[in-house]
Amino acid sequence: MPLNAAVPLSWYLILSAILFALGVAGFIFRRNIITVFMSIELMLNAVNLTFVTFSYQFKQVDGHIYSFFVMVVAAAEAAVGLAIILTVFKNRSTLMIDEVNSMKY
Amino acid sequence: MNFFIVSLIKVAVVAFVLLTTLAYLQWIERKVIAHVQLRVGPYRVGPHGLLQPLADVVKLITKEGLMPSHVNRLFYLLAPFVAVALALTSIAVIPFGPEIKIGPVDTWMQLTDLRIGILFVLAVSSIGVYGVALGGWASNNKYSLLGGLRSSAQMISYELPMALAVVAPLLLANTLSFREMVNYQSGYWLGFIPRWNLFPEIFGFIVFMIASFAETNRVPFDLPEAENELVAGFHTEYSSMSFAAFFMAEYANMVTVTCVATLLFLGGWQPPFPAPYSDFVPILVFAAAGLVALYHGLNPARRMDRFTLPATALLFLGIAAIFGLSLFVPVAKEILMALFWFCGKVLFLLFVFIWVRATLPRFRYDQLMRFAWTGLFPLAMLNLLGTGLVVALTTK
Amino acid sequence: MTALIFIIFAAIAVFCGINLVVQTHPIASALSLIGVMGSLAVLYLQLGGEFIAAAQVIVYAGAIMVLFVFVIMLLNAGAEASTFQVSRFVKYLGAILLAAFLGLISLIIQSTLPRTEGVTFGAFQGTAVDIGRKLFTTYLWPFEVTSVLILIAIVGAIVLARKEI
Repeated sequence: MPLNAAVPLSWYLILSAILFALGVAGFIFRRNIITVFMSIELMLNAVNLTFVTFSYQFKQVDGHIYSFFVMVVAAAEAAVGLAIILTVFKNRSTLMIDEVNSMKY
Repeated sequence: MNFFIVSLIKVAVVAFVLLTTLAYLQWIERKVIAHVQLRVGPYRVGPHGLLQPLADVVKLITKEGLMPSHVNRLFYLLAPFVAVALALTSIAVIPFGPEIKIGPVDTWMQLTDLRIGILFVLAVSSIGVYGVALGGWASNNKYSLLGGLRSSAQMISYELPMALAVVAPLLLANTLSFREMVNYQSGYWLGFIPRWNLFPEIFGFIVFMIASFAETNRVPFDLPEAENELVAGFHTEYSSMSFAAFFMAEYANMVTVTCVATLLFLGGWQPPFPAPYSDFVPILVFAAAGLVALYHGLNPARRMDRFTLPATALLFLGIAAIFGLSLFVPVAKEILMALFWFCGKVLFLLFVFIWVRATLPRFRYDQLMRFAWTGLFPLAMLNLLGTGLVVALTTK
Repeated sequence: MTALIFIIFAAIAVFCGINLVVQTHPIASALSLIGVMGSLAVLYLQLGGEFIAAAQVIVYAGAIMVLFVFVIMLLNAGAEASTFQVSRFVKYLGAILLAAFLGLISLIIQSTLPRTEGVTFGAFQGTAVDIGRKLFTTYLWPFEVTSVLILIAIVGAIVLARKEI
């Protein structure tokens, strides 16, 4: 296809779906707690892309504002989540989520 | 096609001038600090040490580039690259002058104008933290790690007062692009006081300057790269061109931050008093400098000065003649006047940076962080609230 | 030009996303995530979200990821040693199945979406003026609630990160 053509909107949604799926894969399969957290951030970024894409379709800035709120909430969540990770590390001396299992049967 | 060629020419000119300025900024710094400390500074390499930057470049290129063992190779090599690339990128949105027409070409003296130019500069300086943090971590050395972490914590802590200090002129001018910010500051109150943002926003300017000292890791906030505390901090393990890259990144950051301060607070390329009279200022300044050099060249203190001082006098008088002749060519006059005032203000702020380095001792790390969060940040907030209140009450 | 930029930066985003999931060392994952955020910022620019692109770089890539990188450096997180051993066959099969799944998703999205217009750079501009206007009129209540949320997060993070725990 000629390189000057307009990009169909569905391609952005497909990219967002791929990134979200990769985020879910990272969340399920990785065992370092910081990497799990970063997969969550990847999922949030994919959702931001969807918001901005639909905002383009309707030609309104509401999608940008939702995306902005997602960023703000992600910032707050990252701050508290990393503080929790630091506390867990101080108590358990490990970053692997499999080893934080003292309440398991 | 015309646009691409013009842009390429502008990029070439700006890149060449910027890189030469970075090299000679180091010469200026060493000379100024030396004269403050009552010594001479670089003197032997070329007349009055003018070829010292060239000698430094040759030394840095030919030095052995060691890579220590057990470092993380990719990040060790990536860090100086990131630092330099980002430091040089933010010059792309800095306007040096107004719109000019040379023949058929009608362009601004700026590489590109973004509608969000100020946000672009803030964004690039936000990512510039990674160059330092990665450089410190990848060196596999506890002093470098500490220096890198401290430096990046300092940079992100002082980004906040800097951004708040930047927002106050944005409220006044109602725009995010640099061109319109400078256009907002044109004109004069009472016919002779320039409408610079410095006068309503004096606290914002002070907060911005203090925060920019910390952002660029300059004294008094240079504990992360202090030589006596941290063995040169995050660039301990770097030698030759990588070290030169970090060095260049620091000076480029200094130039960027002073350019942004000039554009936001000091009116960019606008002269301080109205146009017909301010055109004679460059001629007078350079002619006076040339005459002073000529006078000292007649009875020189050192033997070499019998040749260098008259040569300098000739150079300055030549520049004064160029400014004088340009008064008759409108295109050249616009370009030269804008460049003179812009570069004059930027050089003055750079001189303040160097002057402060020669004068002040450095902060301890906890004093530095406490000052950012309990001193500068509330002051910047109060400034912003005051500005917002005034704007809200006075707009219709 | 639009399609070329989209293809390049989408490829970078997907490559960095895969890198994030596959790398063992957390710092490499963090840098891949910064790569994803940077390429997404370019895509936002293409979709006309210039303010959101700048906010993404300033807030997400320039502050949140710095926080991640700090924590990784402070905790000296090393490369993850995998304790469950999967055979190579399973890994390749998993990659192929993932690619097939993503292809299926792409096909479904492409076929069920009505024929929308294409994206051209410049057709829509989400300027800071529009965003500010909407943010302080229609979305004022969420804005104020979000500021309280940030205050809660600051207090929580400081309390959790104190020494005496």
